[in-house]
Parts: sequence; structure tokens; C-alpha cells
Amino acid sequence: MLEKAIREELRAIVGEKYFLDTPNELYAYSYDATPIFQAMPDAVVIPGTVEEVSAVLKLANTHGIPIVPRGSGTNLAGGTIPVEGGIVLNMTRFNQIYEIDKQNLTATLGPGVVTADLHQAVEAEGLFYPPDPGSMRISTVGGNMAQCAGGMRGLKYGVTKDYILGLEYVLPSGEVLRCGGKNMKDVAGYDMTRLMVGSEGTLGVITEITVKLLPLPESKRTLVAYYTNLVDAAKTVETVIASKIIPATIEFLDQSTMKVVDDFAKLGLPLEMKSMLLIEQDGPEELVVRDIEKIAEIARQQGAAEVQLAKTPEEGAKLLAARRSALAALSRLRPTTILEDATVPRSRLADMVAEVERVAEKYQLQICTFGHAGDGNLHPTCMTDERDKEEIHRVEQAFEEIFHAAIRMGGTITGEHGVGMAKMNYLDLKVGEGGIQLMKRIKAAFDPNNIMNPGKMFANSGRRRVVVKR
Amino acid sequence: MTRTNQELLAKFNMDEIMNCMHCGFCLPACPTYRETGLESQSPRGRIALMKGVANSQLTVDAEFEKNMYACLGCRACETACPAGVPYGSLVETAREVVEDHKKSETKPPFLRQLVFDRVFPYPERMKTLGTVLWATQSAGLQTLANKTGLINILPREMAEMQQAVDKIASPKERKKREPVMKADGETALRIGMFTGCIMDMMFFETNQATAQLLTKAGCDVVFVENQVCCGALHAHAGEKNGAVELAKRNIEAFERAGVDFVVNNAGGCGAALKEYHHWFHGDPEWQERAMAFVAKVRDANELLAELPPLTFTKPLEVRVTYQDSCHLAHGQGVRNQPRQLLKSIPGLELVEMSGADNCCGSAGIYNITNFDMSMQILDGKMEHVKKTKAHLIVTSNPGCLLQMKKGIIRAGLEGQMEAVHIMDLLARAL
Repeated sequence: MLEKAIREELRAIVGEKYFLDTPNELYAYSYDATPIFQAMPDAVVIPGTVEEVSAVLKLANTHGIPIVPRGSGTNLAGGTIPVEGGIVLNMTRFNQIYEIDKQNLTATLGPGVVTADLHQAVEAEGLFYPPDPGSMRISTVGGNMAQCAGGMRGLKYGVTKDYILGLEYVLPSGEVLRCGGKNMKDVAGYDMTRLMVGSEGTLGVITEITVKLLPLPESKRTLVAYYTNLVDAAKTVETVIASKIIPATIEFLDQSTMKVVDDFAKLGLPLEMKSMLLIEQDGPEELVVRDIEKIAEIARQQGAAEVQLAKTPEEGAKLLAARRSALAALSRLRPTTILEDATVPRSRLADMVAEVERVAEKYQLQICTFGHAGDGNLHPTCMTDERDKEEIHRVEQAFEEIFHAAIRMGGTITGEHGVGMAKMNYLDLKVGEGGIQLMKRIKAAFDPNNIMNPGKMFANSGRRRVVVKR
Repeated sequence: MTRTNQELLAKFNMDEIMNCMHCGFCLPACPTYRETGLESQSPRGRIALMKGVANSQLTVDAEFEKNMYACLGCRACETACPAGVPYGSLVETAREVVEDHKKSETKPPFLRQLVFDRVFPYPERMKTLGTVLWATQSAGLQTLANKTGLINILPREMAEMQQAVDKIASPKERKKREPVMKADGETALRIGMFTGCIMDMMFFETNQATAQLLTKAGCDVVFVENQVCCGALHAHAGEKNGAVELAKRNIEAFERAGVDFVVNNAGGCGAALKEYHHWFHGDPEWQERAMAFVAKVRDANELLAELPPLTFTKPLEVRVTYQDSCHLAHGQGVRNQPRQLLKSIPGLELVEMSGADNCCGSAGIYNITNFDMSMQILDGKMEHVKKTKAHLIVTSNPGCLLQMKKGIIRAGLEGQMEAVHIMDLLARAL
């Protein structure tokens, strides 16, 4: 609980309306989209200007109050859970697109802009912002940036970090800094922009973002291939890329995911199949047609039981929309859905899917796997019930084995969700003890009093408070 | 926790609450979240608060009550929710818990008791209310009241909303209605008209128009006796027992009438009628009777779209935009039928507005109980309406119709634009 004097000061900074500390309001910010994790903040502050952010941070820094910056709270790594209490800094009022610069192909915006709204605004100008995380209709660009969100177009276009050119951010001291800008080339000093992207709110608060835009691709085509086994699907992915075609999207769904998605979206998928690939290519019409036909041919050669080209853009969009709903549709099966994002080099895709199946069998769990096959980013998703403590324990053990397997195959513990709380115990597997120590020293340089999103990314960096306490 | 508290909280279906995975897909669909940007004003937030109450982490207090009643109940979140969480029934249960809690502590407020216990359950009293309203309007008292400021004795919210009320049908006109209207030509179906309480009082002519359309389509239309209010307003306001009593009376009345279909023209009532079987959990006899009743319920748009096409003889050269009724679109999944019917009128041009299935802010009595939020939502809606340059806003629910009339006044579009119930418009073209 914050002292009265501090609450009064926060009220004075942002105004009565934007300071919340009643029980319902605090409870409503005690969770994000991550299952199981929950903790109460002491206050919710909704600043409207960079000056207000700066003043809030200065006050918090002086009194050692934790600050948890937050957008729409759609992350799946517990990144916005106020695990050590303190202030949830809700940035949703920073929701303006300030400029779409058609000469430099950039857009400058507040971090609270919803990603799909940015898409819509730039596409109206014939421009393109490629990152498209599954939550893009809800999630904010600031949140995407903090977690370095990925999406279905990662294979050809990269992820959020590849599109952030410049930032304005506030340090815990209240100092307002800028890095990068509209320059495509900029090597003046350390790349602070890249460092801030994916920093998960542990270094400072982003208040303005400049993103890179591309010309909007003229056309796109979608193809679906169904397989009676996993290996042929994986071989298709490898062969397509080896033949020097980089599709915009290659998505993978296993049989159990297909069943659930079909039940939800009523697509009439052939449910006797073991897996399916959803492949999309975009670009100039001629090239797209040539690529998609070649991909269809490769899929057939590699043993696809059935290959279908979407006849219309609407048909293609419908298939992709179904893939986007996979996570939420899976949640129809059991009360708690735990989705992870173990990632491996593309060549180990089939091995990884087989490993997930083995682990699910071993621990007697229901794990469906889908994901971005083109970039080796898989989402093994466990349907469980958080009220069953014994089962949850088995889930934890299973995922630990899956993460170890990913590392063994030269992969990583998270491809696009971030570390947050969900994966902090496994970060050393990927970066080593030396890596963790260096990261902690970087954090200390930005945030000497450890007020920025404490209890995230690094294990044992603060007291744990996973269950709700006040 | 006290025993009463436990009994109260046992009403929550924890499995359904747990099925919300807080993915947030509902956020952009929710009108109150869009207006406020606050998590507590979103479906995900409200379900979390229910979970908090059910787990005894939060208490049933004034703040919880305010948050549960701030929801419009438009159920757009159910359309958006891939996990299939039945939000509408969850929020009704939450309100029931609130009301039970309050009853255990204090006496219900006079106005609430008046409305829910003394007026809605009694058709005769609804009729009397209608006569009083008609008399007031006829005597020019409404105008007088407006001019002299007498209107100010009403609460601001009610005074504001009555601006949008058109002149209602006279008692004489009402008396002329025959209990059965025979089909034009051969009878294909026997239809029981669900007249609705507010609908029949304030939009009597719309009910007449609906019946006329149905007779043209070959149906005998029966104005079933002893029917009462559908109970939706009770259910939305946490008055479950009152809602169930009304449902029983309606089921009995329509069973006796021996009709093929139960037809209504109010999206809100229709959604409630189609959910009667959910109101009888743990009562197998009534649940079965309710299921038989529910199987016969159709929105008038739904049924007219299935029957042989109507012949329209009067072309309407008019530009129209359609405002979905939330309970028709999100609650009953009826979206295409009204649009198809409109397009079948010769000369009519249908222009879709952006966000046509976003709530207009009417939401039962929400525009009285949460006036400011309702008007904020309405003003946003009118911006979209304006862009269509339509002459007519067509709706399928009395509440939406009133709200759109109010919206036209607020947007200063009187004389340029009109709001009309789809059944009245279809009847104009016959």
C-alpha cells in the first residue's frame, strides 16, 4: 500500500481521473493473458504526456516503488504482472499516430496505438508494417516492442525489432532520452534502440516510437497442404527454402489443433490428416503466382496428401484468420491453456514436434502444437486446469523437458513471447551465467534502484509473489 | 465468510468463469472498454472481478455493483470470444448476486421495486401506463411540460430520453385489434405474435405492421392472450426469480394457443425468449417445456426471410443504413436476414455504416441508468451514421429505435433523417 502523501502526489501529476486504487481497479490489473500468474498492484496510473511519465518515474525512483509499464496486457510471459506490487503504468492513452512520412517510409506514434490500427492507417496509404503478432487486434505497438513480438510474417519480413527505427524513452531518474530516428543508416554509438526493443519494461518507459514501413505488397496467394505424417510437412518447409523461395508465411498445425480450430471456425478441414501447412506468398502478381505454383509442386513431391490453392483472397484470409484463432480456440477444451514458444532451427522442426509428442505421452498431458514452421517457432500448447495442482506440476516438468530439448537442438526457450516470469528460470540455459551477469549490469546502469518491472527476466531478482496478496 | 455469502457465491459457474483465458480478444469488441480504455470496463475485466468475488478476494460492494451494471449487455464480446465464454449469462448472474446481497442487507429502492415487482409483470398495468402516456401526449401536456420546464421534475435522464418518444397509439386504436388476423389467401402457418410489453405500449403500430407482413406471407397471426413481459429486463437487472415467473406464464400462454411459431420483432425480447431453457436449470419439467417453446421462437426478420418472398408494390427511393440490434446480431446471430429483406424493397439503397453491429448505447434501460456513457456511445455511433448520408436508420428493436431517434436529435439531423423499425418500413412498401 502506498503512503497517502505519495498517492496524493500521483493524483496531482496525472489528475484524479487517471489515478486508480480502488479494490476492483487494482484487481483488474493483477493479471495479463498469462495463465496462473497474478499479483496485486498498489496503484494504477494512466499518464497522458511524457512529462507526466517522467514525473511519475522520478517519484517512484525516489521512494523505490516498482513500476510496471503496460499496454493491453496480452502478453503470455507474465511480463505485465505487478509481482512486487507498486504502480501499473497503463500507457493506453498514448494512442495517437503522429505522422506517416511517405518520403522516408516511416510512421511515428505513441506506444499505446493498437497494432491493427497502425496496419489499417498505413495500408490506407499503400504502405506496410509487417509485424503481425497473433494478438494484433488488441495488443499495442509499445507492448509488441517491449516483448519483441513476432507473428506469422516473420519468415520473410522479420519481427518487431527489425522495424523499430527510433524511440523516445524515459529513465527511472525521469530523464527523457531519444535514440535512433528516421535514418536507415545510423551507427552513432551503441544501438540503444535495439537494446530497448525486447527489454520487457525493465530498463525504462517508451513514450514514442518511429517504425520503418515498406511498400504494401501488390498481391498475395495462400496455399494449404495436408499431410498424413509430420516428417513430410517438415521436409516441405526445408525444401521450399532450399529452393530459394522465401514465402511470407509458413504456418504449421498438428492434428489436434486442426480439430479444435475447425470446430471453432467451421472450415471443413480434413481431420484425418496428421498435420497441415498454411503457406502464403506476397509481392508482385507474376512472382507470387510462380512461387505459389512451385511451392505446390514441392509439397506434392514431399508427400502432401492434398494441396489446395485458395481461389480468392477472401478464402486465403479466412484460413489465416482461423490460424490466428488457434490459441483461443484451443482454450475451449479445458479451463487453463498454457502456451509456450520453444523455437528450433528450421531443420529440426520434425524432431521438435516428435519430442513434444513424446513428452506429452510421458507426462500424460494434452499438448497441441502449432506455430510458425517457417521460422522454427513452435507453440506447444497444454490444455489443463490450474485448480489441479498435481497436473500443473506435471505441466511444469513437461515444459522444462521441452525447453531443454529446444536448447539441445540449437534452439531457444522463447522465439517471440519474451522471458517475463514464465521463463526466467530457463534464461541461463540460453545465455549462460555470464550472459545473465552482463544483462544485470546493463539493467543496473539504466535502473540502479531496480524499480523497472522488478521480478522479471532474471530469476531471484526479487521476492516472488505469484499468488494474489495485498 | 458467512453462510449467506457462500450461498450467494455458489451461483457462479466457476467452470464458465475459468474458461475465460483472459486473452483479451473481447477488448476491441466492447463499447465501454473502447470509451474508457479501462480494464475494469471490459468483459475480460468484469469476468476477473467475478472470479475475485467468487474466490473471496473481492467483496460484493458498491464498486462491484457499479462495474457490473456499467456493462451494456450487448454481447458483442461473445461474438469475438473464440473460447466460447457465455459472458451474457455470467454478467446476469453477477447482477443477481449483487441484488441478492443487497436484499439480504437492505430493502430495495422504491423505484426499482415499482418497476420490476409492480408494473412489468402486469399487462393491464402496462396498458394503463400506455393510456396515461397517450393522454399526456394528446393533451399536449408533454409539449407544455417541456416548454414550462415542468419536465424538470423528472430525473434528467428520463427527461432527456422522453424527447425521442413519438406519439403512441390511442386506447381506441388498440381496442380495434382483432385477436386473430387471417392470412391473405391460403394459410400456411399459425403464428403466435409475441407483442412485448414496451413494444406493444410504445410501438403498437409496429406490431400491427409485423402482423400485416406475416398475413401477406400466408400466416394466421394470433395475438396470444395472457402473455406477459419476456423477462429480459428482469434478468439483465439481476431479478432472476421475477424473470423465471414471467417465462412460465409466457410458456403456458403459448402452449395453450397451439401455434407453429412464436414471433417477435424486438431483438432484446427475442434473445431472452430463445434462452428460456437456460433459466430453468435444475427444474427438468419446466426445462423441457421451455425447450419446446424455444424451438418455436423466431425473430420476424428470420421467419419472413424463410417464407415465400413478399411482393412489394410501392418502391421506396431512399438511402438506408441498418443498425444491428445487439441481441439480434450477437445474441441470436440474425444479421443477413434483415439486410436481405431491406434489399428486396424496390428502389431502396442499403449503405453499410462502419461498426453497424456495435451497440448504440440503448441497451434496455441503460440509457436511463447510465445516461452519460450511453450518450457518449451514441454520439460516436452518429458519426458513423452521418458518413453514410442515409435518409433512414433502420433498426430491429424498440430500445435501439428510441436511441437512434434520440441520436438524430443530438446530432442536429432532425428533418434530414428518420429512424424507423424495419417492420414499419417493409409495411410501407407493401
